[in-house]
Amino acid sequence: MDYSPLFISLKIAVCATVITFITGMAAAWLVTYLNGAKHVVDALLSVPLVLPPTVVGFLLLVLFGRSSGFGRFLESVGIRVIFTWQGAVIAAAVVSFPIMYRGVRGAIEQVDENLIYAARTLGMKESTILRRVVIPAARPGIAAAVVLAFARSLGEFGATIMVAGNLPGKTRTMSVAVYTAMQSGNRALAMKWVLIITCFSLAILILMNIFTEAGGRAPRSKRVG
Amino acid sequence: MELYVDIEKQLGDFRLRSRFETGTERFALLGPSGCGKTMTLKCIAGIEKPDRGIIRLGDRVLFDSDNNINVRPRKRKTGFLFQNYALFPNMTVRENVLAAAGDPEYAGSLLARFGLEDVEGLYPRSLSGGQSQRTALARMLASEPDILMFDEPFSALDNYLAMRMERELMDILEQFPGPSILVTHDRNEAYRMADTIGVMESGSIVEVKERHDFFERPDTVAAARLTGCKNISAVSKTGEGTYYASDWGIEISCDDDGLGDAASVGYRAHYFTPVRAGESKNTFDCEIVRVTEDTFSVIVLFRQRGNVSDSDDSVLTWVADKNVWEAVRDDIAAGASGLAFDATKLMKLRGPEERTAGG
Repeated sequence: MDYSPLFISLKIAVCATVITFITGMAAAWLVTYLNGAKHVVDALLSVPLVLPPTVVGFLLLVLFGRSSGFGRFLESVGIRVIFTWQGAVIAAAVVSFPIMYRGVRGAIEQVDENLIYAARTLGMKESTILRRVVIPAARPGIAAAVVLAFARSLGEFGATIMVAGNLPGKTRTMSVAVYTAMQSGNRALAMKWVLIITCFSLAILILMNIFTEAGGRAPRSKRVG
Repeated sequence: MELYVDIEKQLGDFRLRSRFETGTERFALLGPSGCGKTMTLKCIAGIEKPDRGIIRLGDRVLFDSDNNINVRPRKRKTGFLFQNYALFPNMTVRENVLAAAGDPEYAGSLLARFGLEDVEGLYPRSLSGGQSQRTALARMLASEPDILMFDEPFSALDNYLAMRMERELMDILEQFPGPSILVTHDRNEAYRMADTIGVMESGSIVEVKERHDFFERPDTVAAARLTGCKNISAVSKTGEGTYYASDWGIEISCDDDGLGDAASVGYRAHYFTPVRAGESKNTFDCEIVRVTEDTFSVIVLFRQRGNVSDSDDSVLTWVADKNVWEAVRDDIAAGASGLAFDATKLMKLRGPEERTAGG
């Protein structure tokens, strides 16, 4: 059995999670500062969550394909996205971004605002407050968001297959491997991948439960009724 | 250094109109919860932004809506002790105190001064209430603020600990050269800890007085209630030296024009004397509503017999010695005795305060 889909999936999921972690954190912090446009910006950032992955894939194909100016520009500088594993990373990142962003934002917004106020009256800079007060206090929620976004990237199918295709050893991920095995009538192979994916997913959920439970026990400032 | 505050802020139906100034004396904002005390502190600290007005601390303008000045909270140097202390849960006591300290050496000395050296490596979750408060105090002082503000500092502590922390806080305030503001709903706490007391009611500061003055001669209904005056009634003049107390449902006669143009009167619950019926004017014919035994006294709730008013103030309170009550209870119940009040001891009050409608 060719195990390359496992490693391709992991590579794509790890890269996509790194990207969504950075962008998701930044977006969550910025949106909590917005006032008027909050709802609109939040909706725009969350939209890949509700769009069918094939629609996301289609839009990415349009954006990165030869028909768009951006796609031609990338090609002229020698960057290929379509039918590459980097394309799969982009697809997975776009689809899992809302999960990361919303999870981080929820975690940040649950931080006792008095902690932030206190930090400000004490003269701490906003960047210091984010680094030393907000993120540590929101850490369990952020960890859960990372795990969920990773899981979503790992299982991505629709957008990935449209953008990156199904090239064995290059862009064939686990979920695409299940599909391919079924298409070629190899039920035994499909079943193997199904088992591997299921075990992975369970492990991820258990991991997340451990994080969230740690969150429940995490140190908190005394609350007064 | 002086603090000058004159701000307005609209929050839904609630309108905050905070106006006061205070020097280096200890100032207390006293009022029921939801009256705008904490909001006033937050505006001074820059956590909330007033709609308009001015906040000045010494020669620094912290906020001035006319000139578009709104100094960021981090630059205001206002020490704020939060009700829940807001200690950073991911930092030890020492890290908390040093988190924002300009001078680590001074911050270190604060740990010693507050007796926190033994617990400096602990996280806030494992601190007692007193230790948490000391940590918050040390952290506040470590940022070297120009003003100290305390938001209900003892509400999270039990009685015994609250008294002890109160003394510690007094020590801090005595050594602190700048202004300080204590927000509280507890009149005794305000009396013990502050030199000057400002009374807040539904968003406005209705009265500012030196603390002795405040408790002996409140000017407003709001202040009278906060000083613990239980019996308050609106009054209207009915003739030469006679008034009608509409909540109490009783005629008041004064020897001279004693009540002036007071809109309300207050009467302390200790000042009633039982008398035989018909013996003197200004006597309540009591219909007993409820009798509660307290540790050393009896609290008698009563209303004037036949009073049709259903306002909360139609029920009066008499705090009597237990043996006095024992001696007269049957006579009072039978209407043979009544409770007399001394018209010269009536507090003359403005108000009830008009609510925040209009300007």
